[in-house]
Amino acid sequence: MLSIQNLRAEVDGKEILKGLTLDVPAGEVHAIMGPNGAGKSTLSYVLTGRDGYEVTGGGATLDGEDLLALEPNERAAKGVFLSFQYPLEIPGVPALTFIRTALNAQRKARGEAEITAPEFLKLARATAASLKIDFGMLKRSLNVGFSGGEKKRMEIFQMAMLQPRFLILDETDSGLDIDALKIVSEGVNALRSPERAMLVITHYQRLLDYIKPDRVHVLSAGRIVASGGPELALELEREGYDKYARAA
Amino acid sequence: MTVATALKANDPTQLPSKRDEDWRWTDLRGLLRVLPPQAGAVELAALPAGAFDALVEQTHVLAGGHEAAQIVIPPDGKAALALRIVSRGEASLSVRATVRVGTGAKLRLFETYEGDASAYVTHAALDIVLEDGAAVERIVLAADGDEGVLVSQAQVSLAAKAEFGQTVITAGARRQRLETSVDHPGAHASVRLDGAYLLAAKRHADLTTIVRHQGVDGATSQLTKGVVRDQARAIFQGRIVVEEGADQTDARMGHHALILSDQAEVDAKPELLIHADDVQCAHGNTIGALDEDALFYMRQRGLPETEARALLVEAFVGEVADRILNEAAREPVRAWIAERLAS
Repeated sequence: MLSIQNLRAEVDGKEILKGLTLDVPAGEVHAIMGPNGAGKSTLSYVLTGRDGYEVTGGGATLDGEDLLALEPNERAAKGVFLSFQYPLEIPGVPALTFIRTALNAQRKARGEAEITAPEFLKLARATAASLKIDFGMLKRSLNVGFSGGEKKRMEIFQMAMLQPRFLILDETDSGLDIDALKIVSEGVNALRSPERAMLVITHYQRLLDYIKPDRVHVLSAGRIVASGGPELALELEREGYDKYARAA
Repeated sequence: MTVATALKANDPTQLPSKRDEDWRWTDLRGLLRVLPPQAGAVELAALPAGAFDALVEQTHVLAGGHEAAQIVIPPDGKAALALRIVSRGEASLSVRATVRVGTGAKLRLFETYEGDASAYVTHAALDIVLEDGAAVERIVLAADGDEGVLVSQAQVSLAAKAEFGQTVITAGARRQRLETSVDHPGAHASVRLDGAYLLAAKRHADLTTIVRHQGVDGATSQLTKGVVRDQARAIFQGRIVVEEGADQTDARMGHHALILSDQAEVDAKPELLIHADDVQCAHGNTIGALDEDALFYMRQRGLPETEARALLVEAFVGEVADRILNEAAREPVRAWIAERLAS
């Protein structure tokens, strides 16, 4: 599914990713853990094509296709979805309007027919109910005035509506209380399937109690410095990142 | 020295110039060295359908040969009228309308400025009087041509408990000024003065408002938003005067602009002149570019860049349409905005 080879990237002329290599096969959930400043958010922005993140070496492919050559919206249409650490507010655009526009743009890019308004509404109602989202909230401007937890739930709602193939969750647990964390994790877990893969980026182990990874990688100073099973996350929680920071 | 007298006398030296403080960003004297001849008569039957035909009972047209209109709504009456100011051919045109809305009466006034491609110079003077408890919602769509020059000046006076709401939407012109001056008696009268400009190419639009609060207990709420592209230039001048003794005035003014190109320009001059002590007045003025973070977020969800930009801009300006009280009037206004943004 996703294959990253020796990826190097700069922000404002400063190298942040320094030869990162990672493979996430379809059907698997991989966690990336690391101290602040290791390059976790940079990795998610490079994979999704944000301006200002310049790739200086290496590459990344999704099912063999060069991801880095595509526009951000083209990557989205291929099924790449980034759940933002801080989801943006879009004043004046109701959440439902936004998601329907996005869904139809993706369908159009893939050469599929647009979803009709009644089909979309039916899907949205069912999805909102399953995620315990008040339907009225979806008629309000996207994320405007929403609490941190509501914004994260709205990210999961979008995920469920857009049905991406490769999900990147960037610090999805930040700002969530335990109840919200459970709902969000359930939403993510419901999307686990043999055709999908996920990259869960997190500073703390807590999220991984709810979204169980198949593999855990330690990112330090722009490179993957250790990989292992779920037990690696527990070890990091116990012992901290110090020894990996030194290793890097 | 007014635009109307300059046009009637065919004397460009009487036009306001940049030496007049209130006209320094909309210089007419420097632009028009000569004025075109007086407008000939316009055949009213040949006019195309109006933008608000479906919403009105009656239409008044001001054009060459039809330079004056009087509209009277009797006490407790109710009306929805269109006022179309039509500029045709390279000509000078000066028109005047008086609108008197009786005690307790309600008027929805749909005003359109319709220009063709020629180098016309048009001036419209409106006198709008609201008697006790009268309510007016005025919606102005200014659709001028690239070469047209338009000055519209409305003088509004209100009696106690009157409600005046206005939404001006414009795509600009070669030079264009849409001015509204309100005498506000306080006395639980309320004023809403909104506007939106959508300017591209080398177009110019000047939205100028003056509200004079002359008595206690008056409210004014103002929201102007706009978008400028290419080499367009927008001017917002909003003056609120709270005269001595006009206590308990509540006046709020907001002007927010998006600049979408390096060569576009927005000049804003919000002025609050407060001579009373016990008042609540606030103004906010922002001019900026589109939110790049929001754009990336939208693109990450699959929207192509142009579509994401259009959606953000439409939502930004759309807030002005949302404040129109008459729900039926919002749709044609939104459609007009969307059409201008798409072109």
